Amino acid sequence: MTKQVTLSINGISVTVPDGTLIADAAKMAGIDIPVFCHHPKLEPVGMCRMCLVEVGRPMLDRATGQAVIENGQPKIQFMPKLETACTNRVSDGMVVMTRTDKALDGQKGTVEFLLTSHPLDCPVCDKGGECPLQNLTMAFGPGQSRFIYDEKQHLEKQVPLGELIWLDRERCIQCARCIRFQDEVAGEAVLGFDERGRNTQIVSLSTPGFDSVFSGNTTDICPVGALTTADFRFGARPWELKAQASICTQCPVGCNTTLNTRREAKAGGDVVVKRIMPRQNEEVNEIWLCDKGRFAYHYTESKKRLTKPLVRKDEKLARASWDAATKFAAENFSKGKKDFVILASGRLANEDLFNLKSLADHAGGTAILYSDMGGGEITQLVGVGQGTNIGKMGAGDAILVVASDLYEEAPIWWLRVKQAADRGATLIVANPRETKLDRFAKFVIRYAYGDESKAVNDLSAKSKISDEFVKAKNVVVFYGNEGLGLNGTSGLASACAILLKETDHIGKPNNGLVGVWPRANDQGAWEVGFQPEPDLEKALKGKSVYIVGADPVGDDPALAKALKGAKFVAVQDILETATTEIADVVFPAQAYTERDGTFTSGERRVQRFYAAVPVKGDARPDFAITSQIARQMGVILEGSSVSVVFDILANSLDAFTDLSYEKLAETHGQWPIVGRGDLYYGGTTYENTQGLGVQLAPTAQSGKTVTIPKVRKEAALRPKEKELLAVPVNKLYDRGVTVNPAQLLDGRIGEATVTLHPSAAKNLGVEAGARVKISFEGVKAEVVVKIDDTISAGVALVPRSMGIAIREPVLAKVK
Amino acid sequence: MSLEKTYPKEVKLILSKYPAEQKRSAVMPLLYLAQREEGYINKAAMQDIAKMLEITETEVASIVGFYTLYHDEKAGKYRMQVCTDLPCALRGADEFLNNLCGNLGIKVGETTADGLVTLEGVMCLAACDKAPMFQTQGPDGIKYHENMTVDRTMELIEALKEVN
Amino acid sequence: MTHVLLRHRDIPDINKLDVYKKNGGIDAFKKAVTKMKPTEVIDVVKNSNLRGRGGAGFPTGMKWSFIDNKNWPHYVVANADESEPGTFKDRELMESNPFQFLEGLAIASYAVGATAAYIYLRGEFWQVAAFLDEKIAEMEKAGYLGDNLFGTEYSLKIFTHLGAGAYICGEETALLESLEGKRGQPRVRPPFPPSFGLYGKPTIINNVETFANVPPIITNGADWYKSMGTADSAGVKLFSLSGRVRKPGNYELPFGTTFRQLIYEYGGGVQEGRPVKAIMPAGASSSLIVVDDKVLDTPMDYATVRTLGADLGSASVIVIDDTVSVDWIINKTIHFFKHESCGKCTPCREGNYWMQHLTERIHSGDGSKADVDLLLNVAKQMQGKCLCALGEFATMAVVTGIERFPQDFKKAVKATEHA
Ligand SMILES: Cc1cc2nc3c(=O)[nH]c(=O)nc-3n(C[C@H](O)[C@H](O)[C@H](O)COP(=O)(O)O)c2cc1C
Ligand code: SF4
Ligand code: FES
Repeated sequence: MTKQVTLSINGISVTVPDGTLIADAAKMAGIDIPVFCHHPKLEPVGMCRMCLVEVGRPMLDRATGQAVIENGQPKIQFMPKLETACTNRVSDGMVVMTRTDKALDGQKGTVEFLLTSHPLDCPVCDKGGECPLQNLTMAFGPGQSRFIYDEKQHLEKQVPLGELIWLDRERCIQCARCIRFQDEVAGEAVLGFDERGRNTQIVSLSTPGFDSVFSGNTTDICPVGALTTADFRFGARPWELKAQASICTQCPVGCNTTLNTRREAKAGGDVVVKRIMPRQNEEVNEIWLCDKGRFAYHYTESKKRLTKPLVRKDEKLARASWDAATKFAAENFSKGKKDFVILASGRLANEDLFNLKSLADHAGGTAILYSDMGGGEITQLVGVGQGTNIGKMGAGDAILVVASDLYEEAPIWWLRVKQAADRGATLIVANPRETKLDRFAKFVIRYAYGDESKAVNDLSAKSKISDEFVKAKNVVVFYGNEGLGLNGTSGLASACAILLKETDHIGKPNNGLVGVWPRANDQGAWEVGFQPEPDLEKALKGKSVYIVGADPVGDDPALAKALKGAKFVAVQDILETATTEIADVVFPAQAYTERDGTFTSGERRVQRFYAAVPVKGDARPDFAITSQIARQMGVILEGSSVSVVFDILANSLDAFTDLSYEKLAETHGQWPIVGRGDLYYGGTTYENTQGLGVQLAPTAQSGKTVTIPKVRKEAALRPKEKELLAVPVNKLYDRGVTVNPAQLLDGRIGEATVTLHPSAAKNLGVEAGARVKISFEGVKAEVVVKIDDTISAGVALVPRSMGIAIREPVLAKVK
Repeated sequence: MSLEKTYPKEVKLILSKYPAEQKRSAVMPLLYLAQREEGYINKAAMQDIAKMLEITETEVASIVGFYTLYHDEKAGKYRMQVCTDLPCALRGADEFLNNLCGNLGIKVGETTADGLVTLEGVMCLAACDKAPMFQTQGPDGIKYHENMTVDRTMELIEALKEVN
Repeated sequence: MTHVLLRHRDIPDINKLDVYKKNGGIDAFKKAVTKMKPTEVIDVVKNSNLRGRGGAGFPTGMKWSFIDNKNWPHYVVANADESEPGTFKDRELMESNPFQFLEGLAIASYAVGATAAYIYLRGEFWQVAAFLDEKIAEMEKAGYLGDNLFGTEYSLKIFTHLGAGAYICGEETALLESLEGKRGQPRVRPPFPPSFGLYGKPTIINNVETFANVPPIITNGADWYKSMGTADSAGVKLFSLSGRVRKPGNYELPFGTTFRQLIYEYGGGVQEGRPVKAIMPAGASSSLIVVDDKVLDTPMDYATVRTLGADLGSASVIVIDDTVSVDWIINKTIHFFKHESCGKCTPCREGNYWMQHLTERIHSGDGSKADVDLLLNVAKQMQGKCLCALGEFATMAVVTGIERFPQDFKKAVKATEHA
C-alpha cells in the first residue's frame, strides 16, 4: 500500500496517499481549489494558473535534516510566490492555504486575464449553466473587467473540427485539456495548437476532421463552451434537461450513461432524448464514452418505430389489438409444438431473454441466439473474475487480444487496454492484419485467417511471448470474431480458455476470458441459456418462428428464403424491418430508453437501465409481450414487474444468486469526483447515483473445477491460387439498425467496402477507391476497394452489417 | 514527392542524429528540408513528415505554427527580415526599414512585384552591435547582412535579381 | 590582456583545429578523459566557482553534480539559442573560437557520463550550425570525438540541432521540448533536467559561454580561475554592449569591471556625447537602472548589480541616453514579449497582450494616467504567477520603467490629461 501523508489544508487535517497533487487532496477533503487545465485523469501541466495557493512546508535544519521546532510546533516556511496546487504534490506536514487574501488575489487575477480574451456570451452559449468558467468567475473572479471590451480579439465562432465536434475559437481558454485527452488518454493526437502566444488556437488536420472515436469526451472536459457536439449544440440549455441513468446498447462494454431529456415542441410536445452523457463507473467506462455510444442513440426515435400490434390480413399487415395479436401468435406457436422456435438477439434485456427462454422451455420449443459468435458457455466458466478492473491493470500484468479489432468493436475497452499498456502491462495483439492497437503492443502476432486457434495454442509452447504470459501476475484475454464464424469463434474461445487454465489465470479478479460480442447483451443471452445455431436456415425452415429484436431477412438473403418457407412468423421489435414485412404478426416493443431492465456486459457485469422517456404508442416491454403470449399458451410468466422477472431469474440461475435491483442500484464513492457541483474539476460527466452494477463470478471462481469443452475443429477454408477468401470483419460505424438512423454518422459510415492486398488488387487491375462486384453463395454486391498491405494476398475483408451478408469465411469472386 | 526520395542523403543524416525510438526529434530539420525548395511547407509535405516520424499531421502542423521560421504560405523567394527590436531600434533600425519600404515601394509584410523579396520586421537576431541588419531567408538557407545601409541593401537585391 | 574566451582576437586562425591544438587546445579534454575521474572534473569546476552564463548564474559544478546516476543514458545540451535582445556573445564564440566551446562541451559530457551531446542553436544561426558541423567533423576525424577517445572506453558524439524562431526555446525545458520535436513550451519544474531532461533522461544544460570557460579551468586549475573576477562572481565574462554607445560589441572583462569602464573605456562613450540615462544590464528582460555617477562606478558582478535593483543576467548591457523616452522602451520590450510568449500559461499569454494594448496607447499619446496605473497593475498581477521566467521578464522593464522614470510617463500622457 502506498504511504499515507498528512497535511493541513485551510486548517483541516487531510490524510491522502503520498504523491497526490494538492488540488486532488483538497478535492478529497471537500475543499474547492479552482482549476481549469488540471484534470484528474490527465498529467499535470500547470498552465492555466488558476489553482494558485499558498504552500508552506516544515523547515528543515540543514545540519540535521530534522524539522525545526518553534514553540513546540514545526516551523513552517512559506514560499514567497503562490504555487500551483495542480502540480505540487503533498508532503508530510505541509500547510496549504487556498482562501487567504494572497491566494484569492492570485485566483482572481487569473480569471481576469482569462476574461480579457473570452467573450461574454454566456446567455447564448451552449455551456451556459454548466460552465466552469462561468461558475468560477462568479466564485473567484473580479467583479468587473478592467480590460476594454473593444480591444478583444474577435475570432471565428463556428469552426467544425470534424462533422461531430465544433469549436468556438473565441471561447477557448487554451487549457489544452482536449489536446491532452486525445494525446494521453485516447492515444490519437489529432488535436493540436496552432501558432503561439495570444494567437494560439485549436486545430485538427486529420482526415476526416477530428478523426477519433473518442472525440465527444473533449466536450465534457472542455471547461468552457469552446467545444460542442454537432448533435447537441444549440439543442437545449443544460438546466432544462432531466437526467436518467442508462446503459449504452452499442457494444458489450456496457458503458454507463445518462440520458438527458426534455419536452420539445419540435417533437410535438413529446419528451425526447437530447443527448447521451457518460456516467461514471470507474470499473467500466470511467468517465468516458465513445462517439458511437454518444451519437447513435437516434434509432430509438426513428420514424420507423412500431407503435401498434399488426396482424396479417389478406396479405397485408393491419392494426390489431394486443389481445388479438398475442392470441393469434399463441395459437400458431402452440400448433407448432416442437417446431416452435424463438430467435432472439443480444439487443434484448436479461429479463426479456429470460422470459423467452422460459417460454421455449415450457412450450417445448428451442431458443436460438441470433449471433454468429460462439463461446458464451466458456465465458461463464472462465470469464474474468469478480472484481476485475482493467483500469487497475499495469506493470506485471498481461493482456492478450485475439481476433478482435477492439477499436472498432468495443472502443472503451480499446482505450482501457491501451492505458493498461501505458501503465506497463504487457499487451499481446494477435490478429491477421494491422489494427490500431498494434502500436501499443509489446508483441504482435500475425497469423493467417483460419489459424486463430493455432496461434493461441502456440502460446503454450515455450517462447518469449509465452514466458511473459505465464509470468504475468494477471492475464485477461479478449477474443473476438474477426474473420470467424460460429464454429471458429467457439474453437477460439475454447483454445483461449485452455491456455488461461493451464497458466493458472482463471477464477481470480483481473484474470479470465472476455468475449468481444457483437451486441450489448449477448453475454446475458448466454447466461439465461440461449445458444446460437450452426445451421440457422435449417432451423427456421418450416417452423413457427418468434423473432425478437433481430432482422434476419434484412441481414441475409439465405435467411430470408428460409423464413419465407416458415410456417408462421411473429416478429417483435422496436423498428420496422425487412423481417417485420414478411411477418404474420408484429409486436411493437419499447426501446431501452422507455423502460427498465438490465444488461450483462462482456465483463459479465449486470447493470440496470431506467426508463427516461414516455413510451411510443402502444409499445410494450419485450418481457411483458412474451408473458402475454405465454399466458395464452398456458404458460405463466411474470409480465408486469421487470424487477420481479429479475428476481425469478436470479433465483433460477446460479451466477445471479442473491442479486436484486436494489443491489444493482448500489453505489459507492468513486475517484475522481465528478458531477454537478464539480464541473470545473472532472467535467460534465454525470456522477453515478443509480447503480454501479454487479460483476458475476465465473464458475472458476466458485471453487468448482471447470472442464473446458473441446470444440471439434472444422478445417479452415484456404484460398487456392486465384481464389479469394472473403472474411468478415467489424466496423464501428456500420449500417446496423441501431446506427443507421443517426444521420450525423453518415459520413463516417460510408459505403460498403472490400479490402484487398495490393497484389490482389493488382491482379484484378483495380486501385483503391475503385468499384468492384463481389459475389459468393447467393450474395452479390457492389463495393469500394480498400487496400491493406498487412493482410495476405488471398483474402478479401468484408465488413459486417454493411449490407453484405457474410457470417463466416467464404470463397468469393471479385470483379 | 516524399522527402526520402528527394533528399535521401539528408534525411538519413538527420535521422541518424537522434535515438531510433525518438525520431520525432527530426521533425524540425525535416521541416527545413521540406521548405527548402518552395519557401513554405505544404500539406503534402506535412503528411509525408508525419508518416515518416509516426506522428499525426496535426502534430506536424502544430510545430509549423509555433515557430516563426516555418511558413505555410508562399511569399517572395527571399524573405528579408529586418531586426527592429530594441537594441537595433536604438541604432536606427526603424528608420532603416522605413526607408527600405520607400525604396522598394512596398509595405512591411509585402512582396516585390517580381516576387523576389518579401520584407519583414523581426525580433532580435543576436547582431545588436551591427545594426542596422537583417537576414535573408531563401532557398540557400539563412544569411546575415550586418551594418547595412539602404544603398547596400538595394545593391544586394540587384545581385539577387541577377542570379535568379 | 590576453583573452580567456575571445582568444581569436589574440590568435589568428584559432578556428582551425591545428592552430587550436598548437595553442594548447584539446589538452584539457584529453587530460580529463585520460587522467581524471568524472567526479574529479566536476570538483574542479565546482571549486572554480564558475557560474552559468545563460542568465541565472547558477553554479555550474553544482548543477553537474545533481545528475541522476540511477537513470541512464545521460545527455548534455548546449544552449545556443541566444535570443535575448542585446545578447550576441555566444555567436561570436561559436563563429570564431568554436573548438574551445566544443571542447568544453565534450569535457562536460565526460564529467556527467553522457555519450551524446546536442547543441541547440536558434534557427537564425543556420550558418553557425553548418560551420560547427564542419568543426565537429574535423574533431571526429582527428579522433577527438567518436568512439574510444584517447584509447579509453569513453565515446562521445556531438550533434547540432536548429531551432526555428522562438525566444522561449532558450528556456531550458522549452528547449528540451523543442529538441524532442514538440512545440517549444516550458515544462513544469521540478523535476529539473539533471533528473528529468531530454527524452526524460538526466540532462545537463549550459550556456555556450559557460562551456567555453571549462577547458582553461581544467588546464589551469580552479584557483587560477578564481583569481579573476570577484568573490561573488569568479572569472571573466563576455559583456555584449549595445544601444547608444559609440563602439558596441563584445568585451571580455573580469567580473567587477565597472559600468563606466565598460561604456566609456571600451565602448567609446555615448553617441554624440550625450549622458547615459538608463542601463538595461540583462537585455530586454532587464530592469531599468536609473544612471548616476554612483551607478556608473558600480562593479559588475551578480551580487553587486542586484543592489541597484536589477539582475546582471547574461550581461547584455543596453545603454540608453537622454534622447530616449522610457515609454518607447517598454513599448518595444512588450512588443517583443507579446510576440515571444509561447501561450502556455494564462498570465503571460493574456498579460502581455493586455500590456501591449496599454503601452501602445500610452506611447502613441492616447493614454491616460489611469492607463499607466493599470499597466503597472497588470504587470504586477503577472509577477510571481507565470509558468516560466519569460512572463516575469516581460514585467521587469515595465514596472521599473514606470516606477523609476515617472517623468517620462507624465509627459507621454500629458496630451490626454489636458483634454
Ligand atoms: C525565457 C528565457 C530565455 C532564455 N534564453 C536563454 C538563451 O538564449 N541562452 C541561454 O544560454 N540561456 C537562456 N535562458 C536560461 C536557461 O533557461 C538556462 O538557465 C541556461 O541555459 C542554463 O545554462 P547556464 O547554467 O550555463 O547559465 C533563458 C531562460 C528563460 C527563462
Ligand atoms: S477547446 Fe476547451 S479543452 Fe480545448 S484548449 Fe480550448 S478551452 Fe481547453
Ligand atoms: S495551473 Fe493548476 S489548474 Fe491550471
